[in-house]
Amino acid sequence: MRATLERASPVRAGRSLSRPQLIKAAITAALLLFVLLGLPQLMSLYYIDTMTQVAVYSMVAVGLGVLVGRVGLVSLGQVAVLAIGAWVAARLLFATTQPYPLVLLEAGLITMVLGVVIGLPALRLRGLYLALITLMLAGAITVVLATVNFPNGGHGFLGYNGSLVHIPPIRRPSIAASDPAYFRYSVVVAIVMFALVLAHIKTRPGRAWAAIRQSEPAALAAGINTWFYKLWAFALASFITGVAGGVLAGAVHYLYSIDFPTQDSITLLAVVLMGGVYSLWGAVVAALLYQFLPALLNNWGVSADWLIILFGVGVLQVLTTAPAGLADQVPRDLARLGRFLRRQATRQPAATQGSTK
Amino acid sequence: MIEVDGLTVRYGGVTSLADMSLTFEQGTCGLIGPNGAGKTTFFNVLSGFVRPAAGTVRAFGTDLLAMAHFRRARWGVRRTFQTEQAIEELSVFDNVAMVHEHSGLGGKSRRGDVLDAIAFTGIDVDPESPEAKVRTLGAGQRRLVEVARAVVGRPRLVLLDEPAAGLPDEETSHLADVIRRIPERTGALVILVDHDMSLVSACCATTAVLDFGRLIASGPTAAVLRDDDVIRAYLGVDQ
Repeated sequence: MRATLERASPVRAGRSLSRPQLIKAAITAALLLFVLLGLPQLMSLYYIDTMTQVAVYSMVAVGLGVLVGRVGLVSLGQVAVLAIGAWVAARLLFATTQPYPLVLLEAGLITMVLGVVIGLPALRLRGLYLALITLMLAGAITVVLATVNFPNGGHGFLGYNGSLVHIPPIRRPSIAASDPAYFRYSVVVAIVMFALVLAHIKTRPGRAWAAIRQSEPAALAAGINTWFYKLWAFALASFITGVAGGVLAGAVHYLYSIDFPTQDSITLLAVVLMGGVYSLWGAVVAALLYQFLPALLNNWGVSADWLIILFGVGVLQVLTTAPAGLADQVPRDLARLGRFLRRQATRQPAATQGSTK
Repeated sequence: MIEVDGLTVRYGGVTSLADMSLTFEQGTCGLIGPNGAGKTTFFNVLSGFVRPAAGTVRAFGTDLLAMAHFRRARWGVRRTFQTEQAIEELSVFDNVAMVHEHSGLGGKSRRGDVLDAIAFTGIDVDPESPEAKVRTLGAGQRRLVEVARAVVGRPRLVLLDEPAAGLPDEETSHLADVIRRIPERTGALVILVDHDMSLVSACCATTAVLDFGRLIASGPTAAVLRDDDVIRAYLGVDQ
């Protein structure tokens, strides 16, 4: 038996793309162009703000996807990591006049260092125990943030002005001051972060993560320094989440610790599992479920609390019928439906012909 | 050459290897014994997954036990597993390339070395573009992927843990042919653990026998398989 060939190996990057890959790339490019240029024209400001949040949380989700889907490390602390990124960015934006992209980079790097510290237990723990430890750390971070508060333009190291008067908003980049422009800015940052993840998955770290996820002994036997690559995964996820925090800071203008409850990390993991941890599209689906769906329900006057039940059922559905998530299941089922409809369509004329004879 | 001296491994109160002293000279050497005899434990010690309670292992003059486990692979300790562990989601090429890229050999020779290793093992994929995902392959082919991972680049010590388990005769015979050629191709010392005595006889000039963690015989394979203690402890009187 000759096994089916799949072209474009990661190791052979630079080769020409196959036809299906070209089509996929063209569809992705068209979709991104529509999101950047068309979508802001079609939506109200309410939904533009919502979609900015979708862009932010798609970055958080893609970071969590790296940990859960690529390396098999379950972290329940990502919303707290996001809060750290937002805190650092807010502090830098108030305290300095640095350009926004530089602030995002710094927020990402500082969060990355803290994320590596959070990831240290991952060197010895997996599964439920790692999830518990990261959840506890997230809880601790939330408590610290509630105590010191988010920077709001005040003086001192913390930059917090307790008098609550004349609180300046967190600034945005000059090229993206309006909501539609900031939405576009957020999408561009998200694209860069997704590209960063893709560059990792398709190269040496991606292969090492795949080995660690399937079998740590096999990874060690292949000469992979497993603790280094696990920490690398935490570093990458934290960097991306830190950058997302920086984007969030500019999006909302005012940050409060109450916006980052610990339990949100659990909901985030649920939507990431639903969206699909093995594909980048899964992160987009997860962010839509996490941010767009509640906004939609709010607009319709339905309580977003119903989503907790919906997400519970959704996770159950995905875990039992589609481990690769909705990003894999929906296109597959749609293709199956298309094939079924085509079969029906070709059968019907044949049946009609048969009856007239 | 591997010199094992006084190697002892204990799991709690259970002694898995008891004062094992043995030298594996060159070529392909067999290591046999009943289940639980300590064969895989010995491999795990060499790979660095298990820390022995006592003893030393010198491989080609190097103190193997002093090296971190992932560094041993870079040094040249390669292995396959009793339960096959080829990475399912990666292609055949990437599975083998992954070992090469962590062996410190540099990227220039990588593609050539990887294709050589795949061609050497005779995996049934396009030899110029082995991009089939491992999950699409059958059990025998996946075993060969593991062997290709073990022989790519510059292995010095290749540990094969029951590579023929569950394979039909035809695939076992192909595997035997591949295993026999490994020392000649790579210069590595091969240690083969298997319960298939025809495979061990076909591949190994010398064989050692473990029973309850103790070495009970070693020497030329044909003589070892006729040894009374070995027959009593492992092979049975029908052999």
